[in-house]
Amino acid sequence: MKELRNSVCIVGVDESDELGTLPHKSMLTLHLEAVRNAVRDAGLKISDVDGIFTAGQHSPATIGEALGITPRYVDGTTVGGCSFIIMVGHALVALHHGLCDVAVVCHGESGRSGVGVTPRRDTALPGQYEAPFGFGGASTLFGMITTRHMHEHGTTLEQWAQVAVSTRQWAALNPKAKNREPITIADVLNSRPVCYPFNLLNICLVTDAGGAVVLTRADRAKDCAKKPVYVRGAGEATEHVMLTQMKSLTFSEATRMSGAKAFTMAGVTHKDFNHLMFYDAFTSGPPIMLESLGFCKPGEGVHFFDDGKSTPGGSLPINTNGGGLSYTHSGMYGIFPIIEAARQLRGECGPRQVPNCKVSLVNGMGGMLSAAGTLVLSSEK
Amino acid sequence: MELERPLPQPITPEAKPYWEGLREQKLMLPRCRACRRAFFYPRVICPHCHAADIEWFQSSGRGRLYSFEIGYQSFNKAFKVKPPFVLAMVELDEGPRMMSNLIGIEPDPKKIRCDMPVEVVFEKQTDEITLPFFRPAGGTR
Ligand SMILES: [Zn+2]
Repeated sequence: MKELRNSVCIVGVDESDELGTLPHKSMLTLHLEAVRNAVRDAGLKISDVDGIFTAGQHSPATIGEALGITPRYVDGTTVGGCSFIIMVGHALVALHHGLCDVAVVCHGESGRSGVGVTPRRDTALPGQYEAPFGFGGASTLFGMITTRHMHEHGTTLEQWAQVAVSTRQWAALNPKAKNREPITIADVLNSRPVCYPFNLLNICLVTDAGGAVVLTRADRAKDCAKKPVYVRGAGEATEHVMLTQMKSLTFSEATRMSGAKAFTMAGVTHKDFNHLMFYDAFTSGPPIMLESLGFCKPGEGVHFFDDGKSTPGGSLPINTNGGGLSYTHSGMYGIFPIIEAARQLRGECGPRQVPNCKVSLVNGMGGMLSAAGTLVLSSEK
Repeated sequence: MELERPLPQPITPEAKPYWEGLREQKLMLPRCRACRRAFFYPRVICPHCHAADIEWFQSSGRGRLYSFEIGYQSFNKAFKVKPPFVLAMVELDEGPRMMSNLIGIEPDPKKIRCDMPVEVVFEKQTDEITLPFFRPAGGTR
């Protein structure tokens, strides 16, 4: 596993031309824009791409066809929003073994406007065991995790709200973020109740967006346009899909396993990170991920958001793009924290740049902490 | 009568004893003959020991409220129950957890607590479908 460490680099990252509410753009357009922009960021051409990794409604074959290329390696692992994080690990292995030379991990989703979207998914299990009771949408499931966490650990609504406040402070510094006005804990607590324990500002945005990440082997990365970002470690795991099957609602076994694998491959410990990117579909997500990854004891994750530690100028910045809570969240958010981590490690984030950012963590969930993907990214070998 | 809830379509063959039981006001659960452990949702392989030797038994219908939410809006076009309503995850005394609604209590987070004892109540929806809801169980257990 250690031979994979630093063998591959992220050489290009970008979003679609626009993010937000885009009823004039189809899912495919958002997807192709992101690929074109990320390949250009790498200083490469679309014809250089020979590996396609994508999740969700688009098969990698659709993207290869639409780009007009014939990839020799494809992966369509779809285990929820973290699929793209997991696919960086899959691309790492494929590139390392020469199964492809230029890999694109890519995403496009018309999550808000639903343009060019044909939903299809097996609904037999939720249809029988969840929907009749009013479940539908992620907040009616992640809320269960959150309520139980409050019961077991005494976590408060104010502490969850602090995550939204911190993340919004970063969004204020990101011109691409959808919601940039500062908010307070009271604003979160007084926002519209949606599904207890969540008010509106505890829940991510729903946007139209695309994103893509280009990877190649480290020897070839030197010839690309930008400073390479090394993939030091990658991990993945899945635990459940139906929430009733999760062993403990307050601790993600998939996240623990995924993180342990990535940290071992990377040869890092929790203290080595300058910057953390978490999949924040809900305010309670990042604290529970911190706990499951072993950054702290169960119940203590919210303290990473105390006293400005996670905010601009703080000692351990978290979700510096403004997160799914305030920047963008198309539905499968996982590509976007990778893009932000690469930009921070390159040092190109302007007013939101984390000083001396050398080692960055990307950790995401699929479903309700059902699947997990973890990356350790680094500016140096 | 207009339906208030989205009802299962399809009922999967491996879950038939569950839905047939509900029609007779019984909460039936699958149990593994090899390791004797109950599980839910129904499937053909035991999730505990992976044996494929399954029997059915009637649950006590008693358990505890493992977690809950209060829905302040509908999250599904076909769900027409007037909010607020309580979404519940129940852990049955026999072990398995299932989703349901908690009824017979004010939908107020101050009045509901995790681990409170609950018991099943059956509500017929159509000739084919009866759903299991849960209500607070009185007394100490
Ligand atoms: Zn068994």
